Amino acid sequence: MSGNVILDVRDMMVSFSARRAGRKYRVQAVDGVSLSLAEGEVLGIVGESGCGKTTLGRTLVGLVQPDSGNINLKGTEVIGAGGSGLREMRLNVRMVFQDPNASLNPRRTIGDSVAEAADISGFFKSRAERSAAIAATLTAVGLNPSFAARYPYELSGGQRQRVGIARAILPTPSIFVADEPVSALDVSVQAQVLNLMMDLRDQLRLAMLFISHDLGVIRQISSRVAVMYMGRIVEQAGTRTVLDHPLHPYTRALVAAIPKPDPSRRILGAIEMGEPPSLFTRPHGCAYAPRCLMASDRCLVDVPQLRSVGADGRTIACHNV
Amino acid sequence: MLTVRDLTVSVGPETAPVDIVAGVSFGLAKGEILGLVGESGCGKSMTSLAVMGLLPQPGPRVRAGRVLLEGCDVTQLQPWQRVEAGHGRMAMIFQEPMTSLNPVRRIGDQIAEAVRVHEGIPGAAALVRARELLELVRLPDPKMQLSAYPHQLSGGQRQRVMIAIALACRPQVLVADEPTTALDVTIQVQILGLLRELCNRLDMAILFITHDMGVIAQLADRVAVMYAGRIVETAAVDGLFGAPRHHYTRGLMDCMPSRNSGARRLPTISGQPPLPGSVAAGCVFALRCAAVRDECRVATPPRLEASQGHEVLCAFPLARGELP
Repeated sequence: MSGNVILDVRDMMVSFSARRAGRKYRVQAVDGVSLSLAEGEVLGIVGESGCGKTTLGRTLVGLVQPDSGNINLKGTEVIGAGGSGLREMRLNVRMVFQDPNASLNPRRTIGDSVAEAADISGFFKSRAERSAAIAATLTAVGLNPSFAARYPYELSGGQRQRVGIARAILPTPSIFVADEPVSALDVSVQAQVLNLMMDLRDQLRLAMLFISHDLGVIRQISSRVAVMYMGRIVEQAGTRTVLDHPLHPYTRALVAAIPKPDPSRRILGAIEMGEPPSLFTRPHGCAYAPRCLMASDRCLVDVPQLRSVGADGRTIACHNV
Repeated sequence: MLTVRDLTVSVGPETAPVDIVAGVSFGLAKGEILGLVGESGCGKSMTSLAVMGLLPQPGPRVRAGRVLLEGCDVTQLQPWQRVEAGHGRMAMIFQEPMTSLNPVRRIGDQIAEAVRVHEGIPGAAALVRARELLELVRLPDPKMQLSAYPHQLSGGQRQRVMIAIALACRPQVLVADEPTTALDVTIQVQILGLLRELCNRLDMAILFITHDMGVIAQLADRVAVMYAGRIVETAAVDGLFGAPRHHYTRGLMDCMPSRNSGARRLPTISGQPPLPGSVAAGCVFALRCAAVRDECRVATPPRLEASQGHEVLCAFPLARGELP
């Protein structure tokens, strides 16, 4: 970890109430997550659906209220800071959504969508300043400034995702929470959008929480990776360390399951790892134990805590590593 | 087993048709998995629906070409006519099993329905066959699951149920349209493994449609790459990944992050695919091709045999191992 830490999250807990078969349940979506982000750093969050990665991201932009835990943004506590703290957080921490078709208002022009956050915060002093800022932002994401007067339906999927990024960089944010920002795009377009995000990271010193199920994308853009399983981080370290030398049995299975674009390295039939347990029936000990080939008696009763293992700031939650 | 010849699917008026699939040809042998790969809008799903006779109506129609299943042309038959004529030996599975399954009927009844239609087995006996099918697709605890509803199953389990229903007609050809795209990689690898196993065990051919080159590399025996309604390259999977000959295929592979060996920026393909019907002459990829020449913009590219079983729709294909 290097540079100034601008976001520090401690022991975040988020739960939802749910009803199933007439009974009320409390589903623990995020179960004690701690992480920090430095200026210009990209932390990749990976895990299967339902592991809590999206809820974690939504909590950081203030779309979901945590049950407990601290979020410290540039030295200021955000949780419990009231309206002004929330507004500060919402201008600083911005979200890029997966599906630009769903996140752009079809009846607003691109320019209005891009300027929305700035408008709400009273950022612009004059109309001329506003149009100039919109034009500059659209140019920064590789779109023609004339797009400001257009509507989402006139744009292709890749262009819409560029708009989704443009509206997240005006006015000057310091952190992106990007939830699967390229998974709805074709590979050729995906590469263009990824290149844009890497440029912005470097030019604006943006920190990013980059949520994705695609480890190839994560490898390209992230400097560190956190692997989530059932609401907890089970392994975290530098990107190469996690993806090239995974230690946690879950990370190892996840990395092994990626379809490699190389017909000489076929893995089909070699991996039978079952399915994640239901969030309604969380196992007592390690949540991964029911699927784990290395599980011992201790794993069934005792929840493993994150601890430092080896170099590269690696932390891991497993009894058997 | 399955032969598709010059299949052309069109939309728009009869007088001015726009071809969204333009002269697609491929063959599929017993026990073979052919991967049909391409980006959104390239016509891969329309090709699969046309092969199945499931094109939405009114809408796109087969304007020309033939789909021969064991020598019998099925393009002019409706699906029920195919069943009656004994050509019902094709089945299809889709991306999102939840939208294909009936949410208010039990799994067992839904599989048994397919068994009754195709095998003429009545009531209870069909349920016995349904249970066998669930065992075949390796659904855990098949007896219990017969009485489950779709919402009680996970996404991977639902896709296994869809495969069981597809197998009820004892298909010779299974068409799979992005069947693992909605699943986690950990589940995807298991479903792909199951498809490979079924293909070997039942000597069934699979037409596998996907946008994911990684999935193709893992599963397919042969690959057809589609672009703008045309198959631009066909090869055995090793040949295609070892030495792609079409500039588009090469570009697609280069912009995959997982094939990028540490470069800071990812290579990209500039521009976007052309709209159907917008390319009047020349090669459909000319607008985006880095190696485009003047001839490409005017002359329709030939289909060259680059090597044994490796065809490419390009006048100036990449040489073996050449960098673009």
